Amino acid sequence: MNIDAFWIILTGALVAICCSLLGCFLILRRMAMVGDAISHAVLPGIVLAFLFSGSREVWTMLIGAALLGVACTFLIEFFHKKARVQADASIGVTFTTLFALGIILISVYAGKVDLDQDCVLYGEIAYVPLDIWLTESGMNLGPRTVWIIGGVLVVLLLFITIFYKQLYLTSFDPAFATAIGLSTTLWYYLLMGAVSLTTVAAFESVGAILVVALMVGPPATAYLLTDDLKKMLIISALAGTIASAAGFYLALWLNGSVAGAISAVIGLQFLLAFVFSPGHGLLAKRRQPVAVMKANA
Amino acid sequence: MIQHVTNPVLEVHDLTVSYQRKPVLWDVDLTLPQQALVGIIGPNGAGKSTLIKAIMGLLPLNSGFVELFGKPLEEVRKRVSYVPQRESVDWDFPASALDVAMMGTYGQLGLFRRPGSREKKLAMEALEKVGMQDFAHRQISQLSGGQQQRVFLSRALAQDADLYLMDEPFAGVDIATETAIIELLRQMRDNGKTVVVVHHDLQSAQDYFDWIILLNMRLVASGPTEETLTPPLLEKTYGGRLTELSRVSELLQKKQFPIRETKPTRK
Amino acid sequence: MNTLWDFLSMSDANVRFVTIGSVLLAASSAVVGCFTVLRKRALVGDAVAHAVLPGVCLAFILTGEKNPLILLLGSFLTGWLSLIIIDLVTANSRVKEDTAIGLVLSVFFGIGILLLTSIQHSNNENQSGLDKFLFGSAAALVGQDLITFGAVAVLLLLSVLLLYKEFKLVSFDLAYARTIGLPVRGLELLLTTLTVLAVVVGIQSVGVVLMSAMLITPAAAARFWTDRLGAMVLIAALMSAFCGAAGAYVSFTAPAMPTGPWIVMLLSLLAIVSFILAPKKGLLARYLMQRRLRRQMTRENILKTLFHLGEAKGEYEHSYSKQQILERRRQPLVRMKNGLNALRRQGLVQESSNGWALTPPGKKEAQRIVRLHRLWELYLTEYLHLASDHVHEDAESIEHVLTPELEKRLEELLDYPTADPHHTIIPQQP
Repeated sequence: MNIDAFWIILTGALVAICCSLLGCFLILRRMAMVGDAISHAVLPGIVLAFLFSGSREVWTMLIGAALLGVACTFLIEFFHKKARVQADASIGVTFTTLFALGIILISVYAGKVDLDQDCVLYGEIAYVPLDIWLTESGMNLGPRTVWIIGGVLVVLLLFITIFYKQLYLTSFDPAFATAIGLSTTLWYYLLMGAVSLTTVAAFESVGAILVVALMVGPPATAYLLTDDLKKMLIISALAGTIASAAGFYLALWLNGSVAGAISAVIGLQFLLAFVFSPGHGLLAKRRQPVAVMKANA
Repeated sequence: MIQHVTNPVLEVHDLTVSYQRKPVLWDVDLTLPQQALVGIIGPNGAGKSTLIKAIMGLLPLNSGFVELFGKPLEEVRKRVSYVPQRESVDWDFPASALDVAMMGTYGQLGLFRRPGSREKKLAMEALEKVGMQDFAHRQISQLSGGQQQRVFLSRALAQDADLYLMDEPFAGVDIATETAIIELLRQMRDNGKTVVVVHHDLQSAQDYFDWIILLNMRLVASGPTEETLTPPLLEKTYGGRLTELSRVSELLQKKQFPIRETKPTRK
Repeated sequence: MNTLWDFLSMSDANVRFVTIGSVLLAASSAVVGCFTVLRKRALVGDAVAHAVLPGVCLAFILTGEKNPLILLLGSFLTGWLSLIIIDLVTANSRVKEDTAIGLVLSVFFGIGILLLTSIQHSNNENQSGLDKFLFGSAAALVGQDLITFGAVAVLLLLSVLLLYKEFKLVSFDLAYARTIGLPVRGLELLLTTLTVLAVVVGIQSVGVVLMSAMLITPAAAARFWTDRLGAMVLIAALMSAFCGAAGAYVSFTAPAMPTGPWIVMLLSLLAIVSFILAPKKGLLARYLMQRRLRRQMTRENILKTLFHLGEAKGEYEHSYSKQQILERRRQPLVRMKNGLNALRRQGLVQESSNGWALTPPGKKEAQRIVRLHRLWELYLTEYLHLASDHVHEDAESIEHVLTPELEKRLEELLDYPTADPHHTIIPQQP
């Protein structure tokens, strides 16, 4: 394995861990499609941040675009609650609008924005090793992206460990959570903020579609393998990491997009869990009724 | 027959609550005594669950206020425990019975503290009280309906409150569990707690509760069981809605009228 | 401007074809989308849209050419497969529907991207143009493509037209449809097939990524203008057709521009305008109605206050200053002034140097409101057993909503009362 491959896989793994940790909470709240919506909706934010900050000012970009993700969830709620648009239609209308806006901005400012339409969808993870962070003394610290995503991962890990019980309770039983004085709205928007931040940080390297795949796939796989949220978080992070490594080599072999290949591996992982999971797989379910019948006989 | 008590555990004052702009409870005004087992009784859609949700601050009020132990909810949250309907949560959630029981201790932990061995011990004790200690590490979807209900109860017990509000704890529960639960509720009452239960079955209400609230869009009666579970009052509760009240409710919704001109003065 | 004229005159046969094609594609997906949205399957449509990409690529890899029929067949197959997998996963595991949709959407699309990039890197000179499927390009619709996709679109519209009544029932009340003996399963299957077909033809103009907007947005917007399904389908189709034509124009003037995003942007604008401005259901209409109600309440309250003041004096047409009215009933001064002016225009109050007074019709109206207030108070004490000091606040609001019919009913129930719970006289009907 050469050094470039190492950096690419490391980036993929970091993104995978960030996305799959948050994804666990998303799918348990039945909000997978809101995650999908956010991952598309941050695009105009990223483009605008590019335009206004001129250079690639990392933190302005992250925060600006992340705010747009939160605005997207707010819009979804607004259309649904205030304008009384059907819930699923409200998600569909909001994210396609924002994403279309983003693509138009990219086409209009094609010269000024260092992004192209395809990159938006499946990223340019292969270029990660090219953008090296050099200190003033000329020391090579490795790719800039790795540092950014690493930073986001640290923030996320702190967020989830410190506020685990709030995230857990508001996801499981919002009514009880409110009754003991937790604000479900606050934790909802904090979680959505975290999802937006992760999406934005991951966007450039892996694109919108892999963000969705990583937010939904590994958590769904883990959900079939365990009955304990803590284990579910760990398993999905592991599954995501494995998928990003395996995806890299698959892409190499097929000479295709790394993000696409990682999604394909994620699909395969889920398929395996769906069929073979010891507790919740298809085979286990087939076997169970037989065991019960035997016990009765 | 609406009997008020002095020094009540719970005071509901002129409470009006609506759902999608349609009032479902009109001007409910009642007080509950300390150390009592209270049943909220009424037909489907009478607003029974709405009443306890409104008390717990889960629904916005159109008018009136609620006081618990003479104070607004915010100040006494730790002394009040709420048991939602069993169907309100996803039982496929990756959690064990112990995890759920432990949630009862979260209120006391504050923002940053994480549950530790003390909380685990409290949760185990609560599970023992409902006879679920052997199932502590079982995933909640593998429990029967009755067992799930017991786990919910244990979570409330772990909270160690003084007032308990329970939404249909007997729904979908086998007879053995029902007996066990009511025995437990009696013990709680004997230890000085007040337990308010939304209940469906008139037959058993007679022996379960010492105080009955009869509800059908409005408060029909509130008082000691022997004075409230009388044929005329039951007839009033179950003998159909008040036509005019329903008509006005529908009008308010159809014309999108504000249910009250002014916002409630106290929260 | 010249280009717009060129475009509108349709002198170029190519422009004509492309425009007609786009309009057909857009309209057919909007029509099918109405049913998708009403059956709450909007996001499933999103998954199908993403899932056709691997089908397109596979069809190309297998045949090595861009024959529209083959590509259509390939995308149709994977589109269908994605639906089956979503249903299979939700039915056979604890994974919930939203997760299954998200998973299928991203995995299928990921595989599609993998194949697409792999084809692009393989130096097959035939492949250029496959990436148009990502964001769509109406101008790429030429020759045989146009005929194939156009034919499918017409087929779609025809089947909806023929089976309109059945589809309506299936979308509205599945259980009932089954009881009257409709082949519900078959109809559902057909609707789903139509959705897949709509997606497959629609991606030509907007691309797979934004295709779901073509299904969802026109339907959601049209829903705000009507409560009737027929009208809804028509409005959605018209909106979409307009945006489709606009997309063709963009594609014609700026071939480098992806057309999909422009069509979607236009559709979204139409939708947002609908959410806000549609009569009755729009935000603005509802806000205005609320304001009208509040103003009516203010006016009625002023009349009532003047009546109460007169009641104390025993003389109802006496004049009072604004200050006196405010003392009796606290309210923002501006609101009261506006209310008084409106009442004067209606001839219910008159202004003199001494202040404001009820006119005879004003007194009559005031009497009606006070009467309703006191009747309701009495009803609350008699039938809800509220204490007499608890009924005022409730009656303050309900007095404004009671109809003459309810008034009559209350009178009968309360046996034509003369006094309210506070022993004040209930004014009789004049």
